[in-house]
Amino acid sequence: MNGLVEVVNAGIANSLQDLGRIGFRHMGIAVSGCLDPWLARCANALVGNDADCACIEIRAAGPSLAVLSGPLRFALAGEATATRVSAEGDETEVLPWQSVTLDAGDELQVGFQPGGTAYLAVSGGFATLLQLGSRSTYLRAEIGSAISFGLQIPCDVASGPERAAAPWSAGSGLVRVMLGPQDDHFTPAALEDFLAGEYRVTPQSDRMGLRLEGKALVHRSPAAADIVSDGVTPGVIQVPANGQPIILLADCQTVGGYPKIATVISADLPRLAQLRPGEAIRFAAVDAAQAAAARAELAARWQAWVGDLG
Amino acid sequence: MTSEMSQEKAVRLLPLGDTAWTVEFGDRIDPALHARVIGLLDALETARGRGECGAVVDVVPTYRSLTVHYDPQRGDGEALGRTLVALAQSAGAVRREGRRWCIPVCFDDDLAPDLNDLAATKGLTRAAVIEKMTSTCFEVYMIGFMPGFPYMGGLPAELEMPRLASPRKAVPARSVAVAGSMCAVYPWESPGGWRLLGRTPMPMFSAADETAPALLASGDRVMWRAIDRAEFDAMEAAAQRGEIARDSLLVQEGRP
Repeated sequence: MNGLVEVVNAGIANSLQDLGRIGFRHMGIAVSGCLDPWLARCANALVGNDADCACIEIRAAGPSLAVLSGPLRFALAGEATATRVSAEGDETEVLPWQSVTLDAGDELQVGFQPGGTAYLAVSGGFATLLQLGSRSTYLRAEIGSAISFGLQIPCDVASGPERAAAPWSAGSGLVRVMLGPQDDHFTPAALEDFLAGEYRVTPQSDRMGLRLEGKALVHRSPAAADIVSDGVTPGVIQVPANGQPIILLADCQTVGGYPKIATVISADLPRLAQLRPGEAIRFAAVDAAQAAAARAELAARWQAWVGDLG
Repeated sequence: MTSEMSQEKAVRLLPLGDTAWTVEFGDRIDPALHARVIGLLDALETARGRGECGAVVDVVPTYRSLTVHYDPQRGDGEALGRTLVALAQSAGAVRREGRRWCIPVCFDDDLAPDLNDLAATKGLTRAAVIEKMTSTCFEVYMIGFMPGFPYMGGLPAELEMPRLASPRKAVPARSVAVAGSMCAVYPWESPGGWRLLGRTPMPMFSAADETAPALLASGDRVMWRAIDRAEFDAMEAAAQRGEIARDSLLVQEGRP
C-alpha cells in the first residue's frame, strides 16, 4: 500500500462498497456491498484488481479525490465521467470503460451521475479499514468509512498497462422473479396483476429498497398483510397493507414483517441498481432451473467481457 | 412455489429466490416453535461442522423459522433445500441454554417517556411496572431489524400494550422498549413505535468486537436491574470509554 488519495469533495450519495459483509445477518447486520457487483467487477478489472477490492459506488454527485502519493490507476464503470486536473491546472476528460494514470498532485473530479449506479476503482482497491470482513459502508450501524472531506485512503501504485473495454450491461427486459415465500398471502387476481402490470420506481428509493408504484396488490385478507417477522434478503418484494411493492436491496434489514410476494433472481438483481425514479419495470415468474440458467448465462457473458479486455 | 409439507412434523420450505430458503415451522410467536428453529439451527451447525452444506453463507433464526442464505455458485440450492427439510424433520426441539445476563436499566422519567402512561393505562403504579420489568426473565428469540436489536419474549401480560399509533421519529439509543408481548433495546437512535420504559447504559453493539459485535444472541436470557441516575451516568460514561467489560454483566456462561 504505497499509494494514497484524499477526499477533497465528498459529493453526494457515494459510498465505499465491496462484495458485502457475509456471515453476520444473524446479528442483524445487513449484507451491504455493491448494488451492481458485476459493474464494480468491471471497474476493478480495468485497473487490474481482484473482484473483492472496494470501489466507490456513485449514485448522484461523484467525489473528488486528490492523489497524494502515486502514480495511481483509476477506472470508471457505468455512465459517470470525470475530469482530471493536473497540478498545473490542466484539465482533461476521463471517460468510463478505460483506465487512466494520475500522478501525485493530480485530482480526479467525478461528475454527476444522473440516477443509476457507477463505480470508481483504484489500483489495489480503496483500502479503508476492514470491519467484520468487509469494507462496505453501512452507516446505520457506524460500520465502514464514510466518504467525507479529508478522508485519506491507502491504495496501490499503478502497475501493468492501462486497459479499455466495451461497456458492460447487466441486461434489460422483464425482471425475473421466483414467486414466494408468501405468494399465498395474495389473491389469485393480485398475482396476475403483479405479473401483468407495470410498476414505476418512486423517488423514495435508496440502497435499502426500491419503492414501486402501480396497481395495488391485494392481500387475501387484512390479516394476511402482516406476518410474524421472518428472514429477508436483497431482491425480495415485500408488500405492505397499501399494496405497493418494495424491492429490498443490499442495505436491507435482515428480517421483516410484511408478506413477500416474490423474489428477484440473483442474475437480475444487479439490474435494479440502474433503475431511476420514474422508470417502469415488469416482472416475469421463472423457476429454479431458469434462475440457474440465467446465472450461467451471466457468468459466460462475464468471461467473454474479461476475455476482450484490452 | 416449491413447498413441502410433512404430515407428522409440519415443515414448509419456502424459497427466497435462488439464494435463500426459509424453513418455516409455524406462523406465530410460540416458544415450542422457536425450540424447533433452534433444533434445526443446531443440526445445521453440526452438518456444517462436518463440512456439509458448503454453500451456506448466513443462517438467521427468527421466532418461527430459519432462513438459510446460500451461494448458488458453491452448491446446488435444490439439494440444500432437501437437506434442510430432512434436518428439520429429524432435529428435535431444543431449548438452547444461552447465556444469562443481568443488565442495568435506569427508569427515570426523562429516560422512560412512556412509563407513566403505560402504568396509568394498565392501572398500575410506576413502581409496580418497574417491579414487573425487573422480576421477569426475558428470552432473546432473535436479533434483527437493526444490528444488535434483540427481540425478547416473556413480557408479563399485565404490561402488554400495542405499539404507539404514531411512531417516534427518533428513539434514543439504548432505550429499553416494549410492544405487545415483546421487549427490546434500540441499539441505535432510530425511528420506532415501541413504548420506551427505560434506558440501559450498556452498548448493545460494537463493530470493533470482531467475534461478537452484538451483545446478545438468540437463546440468551436477560434480567433487568434497576439503577439510579448517578449509577446510570457513571456507567454510561465508563461504557463510552470502553471500560465496562461485557463479562461483568454475565450471570451465567452459556452457548451464545
